[in-house]
Amino acid sequence: MAGGVRKTVLIAGGGLFFCLLPWAAHYFGEQYLVSLFTRILIYSLAAVSLDLLIGYGGLISLGHAAFVGIGGYVTAIFFQHSFEAEPLAGIIPGSENALLVWPLAVIVAAAFAFLIGSLSLRTSGMHFIMITLAFAQMLYYFAVGLEKYGGDDGLSLYSRNQLVGMDLANDVHFYFVCLFFLSLFLLISDRLVKSRFGLVLRGAASSSRRIHALGIHGRRYKLICFIIGGAGAGLAGALLANQTEYVSPGLLHWTMSGELMVMVLLGGLGSLFGPVLGAAVYLLLEETLAMYTEHWMVYLGPILIVVVLFAKRGLFGLLTHRD
Amino acid sequence: MILLVEQLLNGLQLGITLFLMSAGLTLVFGIMQVINLAHGSFYMIGAYVGATVAAATGSFILALAGALGAAGVAGMAVEILVLRQLYKRDHLDQVLATFGLIFFFNEMTRIIWGKQPLFMDIPTWLKGNIELLPGLIYPVYRLAVIVVGAVVALLLWYLFSRTRLGMQIRAGASNRDMVSALGVNIKLLYTLVFGLGTLLAGLAGVMAGPIFAVESGMGESILILTFVVIVIGGIGSVRGAVVGALLVGLVDTLGRAFLPTLFRTFLSSSYADSVGASLASMSIYIVMAAVLIWKPRGLFPSHH
Repeated sequence: MAGGVRKTVLIAGGGLFFCLLPWAAHYFGEQYLVSLFTRILIYSLAAVSLDLLIGYGGLISLGHAAFVGIGGYVTAIFFQHSFEAEPLAGIIPGSENALLVWPLAVIVAAAFAFLIGSLSLRTSGMHFIMITLAFAQMLYYFAVGLEKYGGDDGLSLYSRNQLVGMDLANDVHFYFVCLFFLSLFLLISDRLVKSRFGLVLRGAASSSRRIHALGIHGRRYKLICFIIGGAGAGLAGALLANQTEYVSPGLLHWTMSGELMVMVLLGGLGSLFGPVLGAAVYLLLEETLAMYTEHWMVYLGPILIVVVLFAKRGLFGLLTHRD
Repeated sequence: MILLVEQLLNGLQLGITLFLMSAGLTLVFGIMQVINLAHGSFYMIGAYVGATVAAATGSFILALAGALGAAGVAGMAVEILVLRQLYKRDHLDQVLATFGLIFFFNEMTRIIWGKQPLFMDIPTWLKGNIELLPGLIYPVYRLAVIVVGAVVALLLWYLFSRTRLGMQIRAGASNRDMVSALGVNIKLLYTLVFGLGTLLAGLAGVMAGPIFAVESGMGESILILTFVVIVIGGIGSVRGAVVGALLVGLVDTLGRAFLPTLFRTFLSSSYADSVGASLASMSIYIVMAAVLIWKPRGLFPSHH
């Protein structure tokens, strides 16, 4: 079977699996699977957005959690102000309406991505890794210092957002909303990387000098890629805040960025659909190992090193390539 | 005035700890072109082994020796087993593999030493305070940390610019293949440099033991500060590490000490405290962003 066919089969199979999962969970009476897989869908969204950066833009960002955190905090802060009927900064009313808050979370995350990206993209290589890391830590400490919004303890939402025609408090409804957004983002990303934009982006990633010689401003393309990635992560943050009904500075911590990066690599760098597989495997591995031993990280660490050293294309690559 | 001098000394002491961390890391970055997230783990290993030896024998000197040995040997083992495979890989692989190492080391310390933090006593001969200036009383131990750091900085300078080994290391940084062709065992050299870096991290860890709690994950908070130091100073530059470490140590300490007071002059006190504290913890990142806008490759970029 050729690689392309395998890929199609794998993606279609995965899509079918995710669509049928709630019924399967209901049939086997394992309702917790729905919320576990909702988590997987949301982390997948964040991981796919990071894959756009790393796999296509060549931008090794170790601060992607910042955007997840921003999305989450925007959602939680608007909820808080709506709940307490106290306008934000005295003028902006809070809101629990998903159609309002979620786009806002995306826009704020994108705005921060623009700021951080414009500064960080002045550098490259090792500098870029450490600068994105440092900016994310800066926002982490900012969140810790937000006494009004819980500081270190984080902020609880008392319910999920309202979405017209859906009951988000219902886990199955919420699951399909997450599945919809993941599919949408995958579709957009897939179109994007196959477009002229994607070609230039990959060109700029592999040789910015050549792209420059062609008269193209490569850094601008990378910045746009960084912003789109940040926006996707912001949406994931808004969904995550809704799923757990809680946000904390932990969302922005650099270990979160690291975990997202692990999911991308585990699934397959630059494959878009791979990170979904990576997120699923990582979270399921965590869940399973944690069942047998509280010291599961002692096994996860070496597994990670082995994957890095020997399975360069990740699981998606292993499944779709033959050699 | 007394308070300012005291805070300056505290800043200097944090700067020295950061220098010990960043000297090793910047060498590894500069010479081997490897990004090592697990550098904080050797700081942690130094602190744990130091605290354990000190508790068992009661001798601080033995604790110091044990910590340095453990961190150095662990570092060389990691270089041979993992890092060596990564020199030719891209930065992403290095980030992920060393991220895996952090998982491993953090959890290992939890298995060996448990979840409770360890506490390490200041040795009796370094206990007490000393009056540096009339009215300025400062703990002897913290002063000793500053002195040790300064001595190590001098030794490093001597090693790099005045010895044969230092010459080989500098040559290895600019052209690995040429040095190898001239008959230097470059593999051994890399292992030694890496071991030296982790040994310094272990020294920083054991000296921090009596000041902070020794606990799993303690390496990560200092690791991020170390990265900021290196980015400010310029990757691969030991001179940059000195300047960056002192700058970060001073800005962080002085910001925490004085920003809340400063804000209290024009804001209500509870609001001033929270704004001041949160701005203080962000201050070094703001300094870093400013340096980068001005000089994207750091204050002392190394040439290659």
